[in-house]
Amino acid sequence: MSTSKAGSDSGSVMVSASADELEALQTSVASALTRHTYGEHALFAIRLAIEEAVMNAIRHGNLSDPRKTVEVRWAVSADSAAFHIIDQGEGFDPGAVPDPTLDENLEIPSGRGLMLIRAYMSEVRHHGLGNHLEMIFRREAAE
Amino acid sequence: MASETSRLRFSSQGSVLVVEFADRDVLDEAAIRQINSELVRQIEGAKTAHVLICFQGVEHLSSAALGTLITVNSLVKKRSGQLRLSNIKGTILEVFRITKLDRLFQIHDSSEQALAAFPKG
Repeated sequence: MSTSKAGSDSGSVMVSASADELEALQTSVASALTRHTYGEHALFAIRLAIEEAVMNAIRHGNLSDPRKTVEVRWAVSADSAAFHIIDQGEGFDPGAVPDPTLDENLEIPSGRGLMLIRAYMSEVRHHGLGNHLEMIFRREAAE
Repeated sequence: MASETSRLRFSSQGSVLVVEFADRDVLDEAAIRQINSELVRQIEGAKTAHVLICFQGVEHLSSAALGTLITVNSLVKKRSGQLRLSNIKGTILEVFRITKLDRLFQIHDSSEQALAAFPKG
């Protein structure tokens, strides 16, 4: 189910493990950002953060269960782009995620998604048990 | 079973296996899984231990792709070879810097510079 329409500045979409659904979401968001004349770096940052957030929600939240979905609500305005990513998992403690940049963790192949989201987004919040991620990209701060 | 289209191009430059990407985005998890298995298969079957991965044309890269590079780095080291990366666009280079993986990987501006840095013979 999707309420994102071509040419829209906001939407709500249920994403499963299908790459096509995520790509359709990315295309809708990129169109809205382009309409609001966001720059190349903003488009790169937001595309990466959406990818990381949804993949974390599918893999770590929903434990790759194909019966579960991830809800993504988004809104783009001239000043900011806001996203809510909500999975059907049991949540997690964001403070307990190991720092992947420490020397002893540098060669571990996973665990970098959340730090990339924090690096590229202006604000990141975890709601509820941790299965609801809110992330906001503020334009003035980044461009 | 129909064979999947390769997402990578492989060639040899002297004693180095050179890898290039066919896609501009290295984001999708299924694609990254395929890239991972193609890389492992080619590296394990290669006569030489050294590998250069050239990012010419790549516009996007996710943390899952970084994970594949770390796995490949471990495999190449186990075979007593070197892994070098080249032609990484500025926006993607920033991802390496944020994750501090620029400390783990040998990164060069061009494939020519990377090839010149491998041990001779």
